[in-house]
Amino acid sequence: MTDAMGIFDIMLALVLPWLGWRLLASPNLFRAVVLFISLGLLMSLAWVRLHAPDVALAEAAIGAGLTGALFLSALRRLERLRDSERRLDYAEKREEEQNLPPEKRRKSKPVAYVLALFLLSVFLLLLGGALLKTPVAPGRLGPAVAGQMGQSGVQSRVTAVLLNFRGYDTLLEVMVLFLAALGVWSLTRVRQTPQEKVPGPVLATLVRLLVPLMITVAGYLVWIGSSRAGGAFQGGAVLAAAGVLLLLANVTVVRQIPSTLLRWALVLGPLLFLLSAVACMSIGGNLLEYPRQSAGSWILLIESATAVSIGVTLAALYAGGRPHEPAAREAIVDKSADTKVKNGEGA
Amino acid sequence: MAFLHNLGTICILIGIPFFVSGTIGLLRFPDIYTRLHALTKADNVGLGFVVLGLALQAEQWNTVARLLLIWLLVLVASSASCHLVARAALRKKIQPWSRS
Repeated sequence: MTDAMGIFDIMLALVLPWLGWRLLASPNLFRAVVLFISLGLLMSLAWVRLHAPDVALAEAAIGAGLTGALFLSALRRLERLRDSERRLDYAEKREEEQNLPPEKRRKSKPVAYVLALFLLSVFLLLLGGALLKTPVAPGRLGPAVAGQMGQSGVQSRVTAVLLNFRGYDTLLEVMVLFLAALGVWSLTRVRQTPQEKVPGPVLATLVRLLVPLMITVAGYLVWIGSSRAGGAFQGGAVLAAAGVLLLLANVTVVRQIPSTLLRWALVLGPLLFLLSAVACMSIGGNLLEYPRQSAGSWILLIESATAVSIGVTLAALYAGGRPHEPAAREAIVDKSADTKVKNGEGA
Repeated sequence: MAFLHNLGTICILIGIPFFVSGTIGLLRFPDIYTRLHALTKADNVGLGFVVLGLALQAEQWNTVARLLLIWLLVLVASSASCHLVARAALRKKIQPWSRS
């Protein structure tokens, strides 16, 4: 049995870099995205083999699933652009170049290659030097974490590190996601699918069947995170997947969610995390030093709130813009009214 | 217990060729519709056998329940996505392959 697993591990170790190379070298963007998704799925298998189920779950849900969906939606937008701007199609350009007569083709410059090689070796030397200079940690961190588990408030070591011992890092990660959503929202409005575009019966049934199940699974993942693999990021990713499914099916309810509610859902996690971090200080501890007896409840509260926010944030990233205000929505329906209002203001 | 375990192993071994043939079909069949057919048909039955085999080897009832749930979810997801891909292909006016 161990031999078979060894062969499997070796195959995995060989296939992963090969897939990575294929996806980077692929001139066809759609193929690259498909390869990226398969890379993510195989990567999560590798994490399972490394006995890191938490990372495997996150990789499969966020790395392969949601990032893949984000890439696909970005690709669809690119294709709309492509009719006017053909510059993006690298493969086509290369083909054109190959059809040119030899004297017109772009010459490769040896100086550029030498310079690139030089810079690369300097970088590698610096990196290697930094690695060699780094002092070896006096002990392994695993036993240190195991020794402190009693005061973490949870049974899962991963959750203890993420939400308690190194809670500061997680707080910053949650903020980064929040900033990403803010960035997307400030750039553009969400593109509205016409209301009459209803999903087919199969997709509609699938959504009706899967979305409640996905919400249950998300709750389960957050809850189980205190003792086993799971947690806010995994639960949030599943929530986001439910959101993506709803967006894809163009369900009416999603479009009718008031944008105020969306904004609060987006802020809920980061805000609660930040407030509890500061509250710990006012109680008498350091930043994010939860009171010992109730640490478990603090962590569960923070995780539940961040899971909701992570789910909404990732789904909002997929939607790709800020929601329309109710007033603006009506304006789209009745464009003439909109111009009338503007004219009135002008006068 | 050993009997059930061996029966489970046999089931898993029966399931694997379905996956292999599904993969060969994906690589060798001429167009998108036949490839979808090969993938979903073969994977569903193959996964069914693998899940059955693992369920026979499981030590607890809740593991069996979880395996069945996984099988059902994969069935629903794969048949629905097969339908969606095929419909999208038809809408793009991709002609089904024919021998002539």
